[in-house]
Amino acid sequence: MSKSYTPGLKVLEKTVVSKDRILPLRGKVHVGMEDIVDSDKVVASTEIPGNVQMINIANQLNVDADQVTSLMLFDVGCDVKKGDVIARSKGLFGMFKSEVKSPLDGIIGNISNVTGQVIISEPPYPIQIDAYIPGKIDKIIENEGVVINGTGSFIQGIIGIGGEKKGLIKLIDKNIIDLNDIKDDCQNCIIIIKTYLTLELYKKINEVGAIGIVCGGVDYLTLSKILGKPLGVAITGMEDVTTVVVTEGFGNISMAKRTFELFIKNNNKFCSINGATQIRAGVLRPEIFIGLDKDIEYLDNFNYNELVISLESQVRIIREPHFGKIGKVVELPSKLRKIDTETISRVAIIEFDDGVQEIIPRANLEVILSD
Amino acid sequence: MKNDINVILATDCGSTTTKAILIEFLDGEYRLTNRGEAPTTVEAPFEDVTCGVINSILELEELSGRKILNNDKIITPRNNKLYEGVDIYISTSSAGGGLQMMVAGVVKSMTGESAQRAALGAGSIVMDIIASNDKRKYHEKVQRIRELRPDMVLLSGGIDGGTVSHVVELSEIIKTANPKPRLGNNYNLPIIYAGNNKAVNEIKERLSDCTDLKIVDNIRPTLENENLKPSRDKIHDLFMEHVMAQAPGYDKLSKWTNCPIMPTPGAVGEIIKTIAKKENLSVVGVDIGGATTDVFSVFNDQFNRTVSANYGMSYSICNVLADAGIENISRWIKNNVDNQSLTNRIANKMIRPTTIPQTLDELKIEQSIAREALRLSFDQHKKFAVSLKGVQQERTISDTFEQKMSGRTLIDMDKLDMIVGSGGVLSHAPRREQSFRMLIDSFLPTGITQISVDSIFMMPQLGVLSAVHEKAAIEVFNKDCLVRLGTCIAPVGKLKNNSILEYKLYLSDRIAEGDLKYGELILIKAPYKKFKINIKTKNSYTINGKSEFEGYVYGGEVGILLDGRGRPFELEMNTNNRIKLISKWSKTINEYPE
Repeated sequence: MSKSYTPGLKVLEKTVVSKDRILPLRGKVHVGMEDIVDSDKVVASTEIPGNVQMINIANQLNVDADQVTSLMLFDVGCDVKKGDVIARSKGLFGMFKSEVKSPLDGIIGNISNVTGQVIISEPPYPIQIDAYIPGKIDKIIENEGVVINGTGSFIQGIIGIGGEKKGLIKLIDKNIIDLNDIKDDCQNCIIIIKTYLTLELYKKINEVGAIGIVCGGVDYLTLSKILGKPLGVAITGMEDVTTVVVTEGFGNISMAKRTFELFIKNNNKFCSINGATQIRAGVLRPEIFIGLDKDIEYLDNFNYNELVISLESQVRIIREPHFGKIGKVVELPSKLRKIDTETISRVAIIEFDDGVQEIIPRANLEVILSD
Repeated sequence: MKNDINVILATDCGSTTTKAILIEFLDGEYRLTNRGEAPTTVEAPFEDVTCGVINSILELEELSGRKILNNDKIITPRNNKLYEGVDIYISTSSAGGGLQMMVAGVVKSMTGESAQRAALGAGSIVMDIIASNDKRKYHEKVQRIRELRPDMVLLSGGIDGGTVSHVVELSEIIKTANPKPRLGNNYNLPIIYAGNNKAVNEIKERLSDCTDLKIVDNIRPTLENENLKPSRDKIHDLFMEHVMAQAPGYDKLSKWTNCPIMPTPGAVGEIIKTIAKKENLSVVGVDIGGATTDVFSVFNDQFNRTVSANYGMSYSICNVLADAGIENISRWIKNNVDNQSLTNRIANKMIRPTTIPQTLDELKIEQSIAREALRLSFDQHKKFAVSLKGVQQERTISDTFEQKMSGRTLIDMDKLDMIVGSGGVLSHAPRREQSFRMLIDSFLPTGITQISVDSIFMMPQLGVLSAVHEKAAIEVFNKDCLVRLGTCIAPVGKLKNNSILEYKLYLSDRIAEGDLKYGELILIKAPYKKFKINIKTKNSYTINGKSEFEGYVYGGEVGILLDGRGRPFELEMNTNNRIKLISKWSKTINEYPE
């Protein structure tokens, strides 16, 4: 029988999370297999090529392009300092020689006898990749990075903004949050809000110096204001803002009970969060990882087959008119049904906590994955 | 071998869903017999496109009763006694972001645009055009190439035998950037050189060590000629070799198929060209997907394709919202929905792209966004589908009064014969009347234009099938794929006078005649057949530039629509009047169940 996969978001109390920590360009790996690392440990580093400048030597020396190579005082690959004479013309009878000086410190990248131009690259700048989560090095990819396995609680959001941050969890267990609830002790923390993030609340959290926010819902217009531009596609993570992870979706929605309860258990613990989202090929969800003590045995009782919608599955409705509601699959009719739009669709019958049953297209269901 | 092909399995791996169709040779003809679909699997732990393919085939098995899979492998050849297996399996794909290219040319509006046309025609998304005259500084171009990490680069520039320095400079920019491919770290980035033949040695000297350099014939050997085919063919080869080989599960999938996997837009382009050629028509085709919208046109045998990489119905839906503006989207909605709620609903579709509208209100919102996505994509197409720029024009006295310029758009709405729509929101609209309206409201055809739609979103599969079995592709296309919705008759003019034309339509059993008033839509039910019509326009309105028309028009599943809303079309934004108009038009067409 065909299977309906609508991969849900993971809310797992004890699991092993595997993280690829890969350099953008080949470089050096600084750790060994099975090393235990903290989230701040630098695991790999490399150098990114510097900016380049092009100097038109032929023009400046008033010579043909094919003469440039013979007039250069440095070869490709040589270091030059700002002010160094890099090319000199032969002049007239050895006199009236023209010179070209390097406008920057760098390396001669190319000398072209066709265009008469020389490229000088600024010195490369170093970049480092840290472990991001505490764990054990599981794999080394030579010159590229490592794979780290960490044991802990793992929660995925649906959309986020901002990059990787690490800090203590500070939970605000209130249905209606007053701005005065956000105090100076939130500085450098990851704030967990049960409900909905307003622009005022975001500003206040930002003002006190918190580094991350996890909330149930947010308005699209609020998120666009935070970003300073409309969010066009869900490819995020590079924004220079306080990281936000939204667990349920856009609108005034509260965080799912199970997710919030997991945060209650982990209040004041250290966590790693990342708002980076990519809802396309190689899907990337925003996430929160809370490492467990290293000597605790992990129990990975999450079964991937549970991703398939089946009878008794706990599901979240992910489209109007019941958006955000959580229920249980009580029937999976094999025949296609006509819904209100007149579309013929595969449906499921969902029972909510109050016993009410609704017919929902299977495409509008998301399995809740939890252990 | 072709004579033995009786059962064909074809899949299209889209960015959101994977669609499988089964074509069988029954009673002397090829017909579509069943269709299945499943979400495309690109998200861990199913980061393997073949999972989605298998799921869509499993649905096909359930619906057809034919056993196609055995332990997740396609059974081939077919066994008639056991009613199992297929004769050939073919596939297209746009999953994984499709093919993403960067092109470079010396003059942006000349070789740059020719390179862009070649890349788009091959089914690619063009991420950027680097040109000697694009006003960016050298280091900015280098930085841009490093950031974008394209799947491949098409480098062109200069006519054959012309100056070499500019195109060599472009190659030096690429060399300095030392770009890395988007997928995988273990191979050199493919660069296709299609520029001045005199510069080949210099290009090789600079790029052959650090890239996978391929040399093909110049894309613009002279100013007057464009030679796109060698570049397009090479792009296809490299797409298979590099891009598909790196995407999750494609190595497996490409071993299953009987011919190379084709990029979806390339396949749709093939079928649009076939329609235009077989019926001798000027055609505009559109394929609106989750991430991108492709527009194709054929006018005077000249084919053009554009991809609006930022306009789609799920992944890119918020780009449509941002570029069209909330006012333009809500102008098509009858009910008042506040901006906050509307934007949240749209954004939720972006983050949960596989969901479907469950209520009528949600469906109307989605179809309003589709109108705007199609409108924006067609605007982009009109700007891009232009005659060659830089060509010297020989002018005669008669041309003095007709100021034709090089670089003018090739899209002549008065000469457009047919619009063909494809993509989930058009093919799967619960009523064909909805697709008919969406296409007319967004493309705003003028004069007399046939409107059709891909019945179940199968043009990509038929496009690739046409390469291996043209007969089967054409038979299925005519009988099962292309749904003739009808004809739109839209006079040009904008005076808001009461009556704008008189019509007399000779149907099989009666004559339909009357007056079309400004702002009015009249739908005359008529099946897909040729009917004689006489039209006399009034008050400065014209049909194809004239005040009278006597000829034939086609009916269709929806009928013949007289569109009196004026061209250019301006929808009144005043809420009360707008709602009245929207309701009236909707009711006339029988668009929604209310």
